[in-house]
Amino acid sequence: MNLNKINIGNLFLVTAIIMLLVGLCFGILAAFTYLYPNFLKENIGFISLRPLHVSSALFWIILGGTGCVYNGIRSILKIEFSPQIAFIQWCLWIVAIIGIFYSYFTHQFGGREYWEFNPVWALPIAVAWILFIINFSKAITNVKKWPVYVWMWVTGIVFFLFTFSENYLWLFPYFRSHFVTDMTIQWKVNGSLVGSWNQMLYGTAFFLMDRISNSKQVGKNNLAFAMYFLGLFNLMFNWGHHIYTLPTEKYIRYIGYAVSMTEWVFFAKIIYNWKGSLNEIQKNYHYYPYKFIMAADIWVFINMGQAILLSIPAINLYTHGTHITVAHAMGTTIGINSMILIAACFEFLKPNLFKNKTNSKYLNFIFWLLQLSLFIFWISLNIAGIKKGIWQMSENQISYSKMMETLTPYFIIFVIAGFGLLISFFAIAIKLLKNSTNSLIINKF
Amino acid sequence: MKFKARHTFFILSVLFLIYTISIYLEPYNLNNNSAKTKNIINGKLVWQKYNCQSCHQLYGLGGYLGPDLTNLMSQQNKGEPLLKAMIKSGNKQMPAFNLSDLEMEELISFLKAADNSGSADPRKFRSNSFGMIEKE
Ligand code: HEC
Repeated sequence: MNLNKINIGNLFLVTAIIMLLVGLCFGILAAFTYLYPNFLKENIGFISLRPLHVSSALFWIILGGTGCVYNGIRSILKIEFSPQIAFIQWCLWIVAIIGIFYSYFTHQFGGREYWEFNPVWALPIAVAWILFIINFSKAITNVKKWPVYVWMWVTGIVFFLFTFSENYLWLFPYFRSHFVTDMTIQWKVNGSLVGSWNQMLYGTAFFLMDRISNSKQVGKNNLAFAMYFLGLFNLMFNWGHHIYTLPTEKYIRYIGYAVSMTEWVFFAKIIYNWKGSLNEIQKNYHYYPYKFIMAADIWVFINMGQAILLSIPAINLYTHGTHITVAHAMGTTIGINSMILIAACFEFLKPNLFKNKTNSKYLNFIFWLLQLSLFIFWISLNIAGIKKGIWQMSENQISYSKMMETLTPYFIIFVIAGFGLLISFFAIAIKLLKNSTNSLIINKF
Repeated sequence: MKFKARHTFFILSVLFLIYTISIYLEPYNLNNNSAKTKNIINGKLVWQKYNCQSCHQLYGLGGYLGPDLTNLMSQQNKGEPLLKAMIKSGNKQMPAFNLSDLEMEELISFLKAADNSGSADPRKFRSNSFGMIEKE
């Protein structure tokens, strides 16, 4: 096998798409247990389905992000990286994925919220990531002036390794000796880890915009850099907003609150940009990958608006621990991360599909089915969350199980919308994976 | 741009490290005034081993199928007997678990310690004029 001939970036993307499909199947099975408590209870059960779903979804995002960065380096910066190192990196991921799935099926858990598995399997991932850093840094030292998306990729890659390692501090007795601190560190990790892959994917979105609009403007202007640093600032310091009710140090909660409020600036910028981008939308609307970037933009608007409100402690008190948090987590991973990744997959795996900018009715239908399903999915979780929020603040509470029963109609809608997501993602994936062997072989730049 | 960007990146990273270290030092500061028994620390590991958090929360953090268990131990008509009953036979989505006697004892110590650490009931909080919430 000649590794120089394999397009490693696309190998990561194809693997990521398969993980997306696997994750969707686990997700729908897990959702079923909301309606049928005994569903698969004796075999795998929700206890395994939940981590199977979470891990597969995150593999989609992380491997997808890796594929985008490799493709980005190759195609725009015209820089090569070591295919051997990249291939070993990919193999280590495969080992980790198999090991992690195996451990869930055999009921060995990490048992920590929310990306958890038997810690042994963190080792191949960490080594894979170190190889990624080596490969990436060798390539970018050749770049003179880093556009903002290279900064974002650097940030995402470096902080991923740091926070991922931090996630295992509890293995040392010192760090688990006090469980409130243990939970504080856990949520520091959760916040920053999400921030890291967001940096990788937002960087990719910037990069795609540069490429689609054929300008080198988006990635170089000062405003883009200001926004990047605000994002980095939030990645580092805003995670305290997850743990307002935890009896941890006061300053952590105040820092989390204050820093989160700086996100209003992003929000204002999105609204400010709205008008200017109308022209752009009209110009590019027919281009399929662009539609997904545009969809991601709208989901950023919706989810960020919600997230900032949830970061206000007085509001958070009502929503904390309810399905509103789930709506936020799923809204962002599907609406933002997955939309950007789908756009990137079309761009890198199917570069010829839209050469003549045809408007496929079928693909448009799938696009809108996906957006509509996600919207209904998101709304049903939010309503369930609001109802639980009102329950947990009321003085005369009915029992927990009675309250859960009143949420059933929303869970039914949630499952139906979940099916809509499953169908549309499968349709997209089939399109992407068809004849994808071609895209795994390197052709000239 | 690059030069300035490097500086900003460096300064933010240093601040982040200082913040991180201050959090890492917390167990050290806290251990001086609260003696932790081995059972409590192992109890957390039992909680993790059986993946209770996939359905249950502590301080509102965790899964969403079952109720928050932070203050289970001091809730009326709940506490130890309910915990033992639930683990033994499960209910709805919750499967039965096969814990050893020692594991059960450790889990109980852990949940008691969680209960003693504070209240996770959102009704027990009030917001101050900054919009921050504090325990009543
Ligand atoms: C697959 C999901 C799931 C897992 C895993 C799970 N539980 Fe549960 N648990 C539930 C559900 C659902 C209920 C509510 C059942 C009902 O309504 O009667 C519950 C109820 C309870 C209750 C009663 C709480 C109350 O206030 O009524 C206790 C105690 C409990 N679980 C402890 C545990 C412990 C300890 C573990 C880990 C060893 C665990 N559970 C793992 C789903 C789960």
